[in-house]
Amino acid sequence: MSDAPIVFDRLTRYFGSRCVLDTLSIEVPRGSVFALLGRNGAGKTTAIRCLLGLLEPTRGSARVLGHDARHLPPDIRARIAYVAEDHRMVPSMRLGAIVDLQAASFPAFDAHACRGRLNQLGLSEKAKPKNLSRGQRAQASLALALATTPEVVVLDDPALGLDAVVRREFLETVIELIQHEGRTVFLTSHLLGDVERVADHVAILVNGVLRVAAPLDEVRRRVVRLHGFFPGEAPEFPGGMPGVVRSVRRRNELLVTVANEATAAGERLRAMGATLVEEETLGLEDLFIDYTGGTAQGAGE
Amino acid sequence: MAQFSFRVDPSSAEPLFAQIVSGVKHAVATGRLAPGDRLPSVRELARELVINPNTIAKAYEALEAEGITLSRHGAGTFIAERRAVLSGDEQRRRIREALTALLTDAVHLGLRESDVRREFDAALHRFRFDTGGDDTGKRKG
Repeated sequence: MSDAPIVFDRLTRYFGSRCVLDTLSIEVPRGSVFALLGRNGAGKTTAIRCLLGLLEPTRGSARVLGHDARHLPPDIRARIAYVAEDHRMVPSMRLGAIVDLQAASFPAFDAHACRGRLNQLGLSEKAKPKNLSRGQRAQASLALALATTPEVVVLDDPALGLDAVVRREFLETVIELIQHEGRTVFLTSHLLGDVERVADHVAILVNGVLRVAAPLDEVRRRVVRLHGFFPGEAPEFPGGMPGVVRSVRRRNELLVTVANEATAAGERLRAMGATLVEEETLGLEDLFIDYTGGTAQGAGE
Repeated sequence: MAQFSFRVDPSSAEPLFAQIVSGVKHAVATGRLAPGDRLPSVRELARELVINPNTIAKAYEALEAEGITLSRHGAGTFIAERRAVLSGDEQRRRIREALTALLTDAVHLGLRESDVRREFDAALHRFRFDTGGDDTGKRKG
């Protein structure tokens, strides 16, 4: 069995007759920062809820630190930190009291470090979450999660609704967090620039199906966009070619995003009559859009 | 520590680690970093640029593999003395190749020869070249 700290093994989840996650298999390497990407409704939060044992899989399993997520023993659960996307906290409890409560609940909770961090963020122990801004609540819940010195950190779209300045501060905290040797971070996000900064592995979910899961550098190396230029109107790119992620026609130009098979796709373009074929490397944002937004011309799907 | 700061652009098509590598190489080429200067530690630079420390570590490995830096155990990463590992002929062949590509672009952009010459001269001043002394152009082996 794998010793990866997070394993999704053919995880499938239905809501009624709708399949939200379809045989998702991922192994998250120890010490990595793994970003799960997908559009709204792609199944990211469902995957996270299964991972934390908050939701039962229909088939397959999620495992954390070697244990099935449905039956996490308390000592294992104490090694996992979770920051929910809306940063939920008891609204009317003072931060100081929340710290005390956490310290009483988690043996490894470092109340001193947590108070220090809250102080550093300019958050008074007398403050109540209901009076904090969204950004302050995000920072406070991250500070609380990290004070358990977790081995696995799960962040569900942590930057959602934060302004640019707070997001940067939040990212700085995440960088601090991953300086810790061997700590594994699993996150979802819509902000691809942020993901590019912090993640070293990415996975892309499209309608509950995993399309890519690899180190970020590898994905960026393997996936390129070819521009084929034609003397007249560009023809349709034939379906069924291996590796084709998406193809789009633009007057005399045919754009083909392709994984692994750039040479074959380039030869095909020339055989179709392209007079010039150029290769473009893609940033994460373009890559994401081609994988997730390509339904209109999705020759590869 | 040496004067060393540059920005990275996560939305660029160039991977972040490659941006760091070219950032350091550019700083050396323009003299902002000199042999013996210490680079920030992986942790420091990760904090400063707000990017994953593994990315920085990877860039530092690439710089060391290229001979741009060397790491002294426990002391950190330093800019290395420039060594010419290629023969003079090979150096000239490579620069001619790069110039051919550059001038091809210039012609197609519609620049005049005088424009190119002026830009080239202006750019030359921003870089620090070997002065042709003792160990430049040293042949390998």
